[in-house]
Amino acid sequence: MNLLHFIEEFTTDNLLKKTSSRREVFSTFGNLGKKAAVAAIPFGLASTKAKAAFVQDGNAAVNALQLALTLEYLEAEFYLKALDSGVLMGSSRAEAVYAQISKHESAHVDFLIEGLGDDAIDSPEFDFTAGGNFDPFNENGTGQEVAYAQLLALAQAFEDTGVRAYKGQAGNLMGTPFLTPALQIHSVEARHAAEIRRLRADVLNANTDQHALGWITLNQRGPGMPEVAQGVYDGEENLTQGGVNLEDATSFSAEAVSQAYDEPMDGETATAIASLFIVS
Amino acid sequence: MKREQNVIEEPSQKSMKKQPLNSRRNFLKIGGLAVVGTSLILSCSEDDEMRRPPQEEVFDLGAGDLGVLNYAYALEQLEAAFYQHVMDGSYWMNAGAEEKLILEDLYNHEIIHREFFKAAITGAVNGDSSQVLPDLEFDFSSVDFTSRASVLQTAKLLEDTGVAAYNGAGQLIETPDYLVIAGKIVSVEARHASAIRSIFDEELTSFAGDDLIDGNGLDLAMAPSDILAAVGDTGFIKTEFTANQLPTS
Repeated sequence: MNLLHFIEEFTTDNLLKKTSSRREVFSTFGNLGKKAAVAAIPFGLASTKAKAAFVQDGNAAVNALQLALTLEYLEAEFYLKALDSGVLMGSSRAEAVYAQISKHESAHVDFLIEGLGDDAIDSPEFDFTAGGNFDPFNENGTGQEVAYAQLLALAQAFEDTGVRAYKGQAGNLMGTPFLTPALQIHSVEARHAAEIRRLRADVLNANTDQHALGWITLNQRGPGMPEVAQGVYDGEENLTQGGVNLEDATSFSAEAVSQAYDEPMDGETATAIASLFIVS
Repeated sequence: MKREQNVIEEPSQKSMKKQPLNSRRNFLKIGGLAVVGTSLILSCSEDDEMRRPPQEEVFDLGAGDLGVLNYAYALEQLEAAFYQHVMDGSYWMNAGAEEKLILEDLYNHEIIHREFFKAAITGAVNGDSSQVLPDLEFDFSSVDFTSRASVLQTAKLLEDTGVAAYNGAGQLIETPDYLVIAGKIVSVEARHASAIRSIFDEELTSFAGDDLIDGNGLDLAMAPSDILAAVGDTGFIKTEFTANQLPTS
């Protein structure tokens, strides 16, 4: 995977181009996303073998919690770096929201480390540029505006992934004392996901966009989300619950039915998404 | 599946919007009985349910997973009925575009949840309707549906309660598929709670506020007995039912 050419192409021209509106910033990100989808790997399709952060040891509950810890490490470090980056405006809603979420993600890390005891894993080394595809902390000259758009988009992708990943592991925690705390974390991640989506909508001036109110419609990423993040949303379009197709069984639209249920994500897919940001 | 369609096709926007607002307000002032009469007519689509004498015997939620599903069904009935009233009220009709869309979506989602539980439980007991929680009667006379604060405060309470209820019930579920479905619903309830808090509360961190989330970053999880007691305190549910056989661990 040679990203050098891709990065060179984008560094000086498009990304640094002065943009005139929030919407354009996001569409710049959207274009980057499309390019990145070709050059790099979309979310969800990365190889899990080389970068898997944890070793399957046959204990489903331990594996589930180790995956959870990996995702929490990722989120915790992301929000800490975001708050340190200077990309978020001081005393803004965004800063307050990120600080609150950061507090929770760091607490989740500590909680899971304690819960796992000897089975706790060390934090992987993260690269939130995903090999140079993003510059959310404005460390590589992207500029505040594009960095901010990426910071928000990555947060939404991480939160929605977290919600789906915890849901996917619930079955592996049945009968253990960790099920209830995992559910308690899961709903906090969902609260975060809704707020980040709404914050992004606010920045985009898209508060009345059907896909930005706080929930996921079909498998749509929402306004301004780059195409590379599609793997986070694939499968969310499911309309059948417990064998009942709820679009047929009710007279509600597929959009409404899909919004009413969040879908789980298996551990392999969640690991693949996290692996995009894991160096080692 | 005609039955579900009947239930769904007569939501408040269609049948109740025609009613002048002021007469609706008068209804609320008359007291709980009139309101209950109204919502009963609107929410019951089946003849046999209309004919069933109210409270001829007190329904018990049941044991095991059936009990837990009926418990969730009761909460979804409550939420759905509340949002039906919201959409009939003058606050919603005159609300700003964003709030209007959010509350309309919440109405949609809660009715879809309610109808799912009805279908799922009915299927699980092979159509034995004596084991399916009946359509409950509600009394929302303590809520002022003309008032933004009253509506959103109640929505916040119900959504937060829903999250805490599902989080607390997860460990009581024996069938993995049911646990996953509960998980699919609870995160949507949490998204609702977050959005309502986000538009209603001034505190920028309220979406996952310190009033709820503890030092470990954990949301509330409450046992059914505590949830039912709290719901009972609201006075919203008029139909008596018992939870004598619900699992406790």
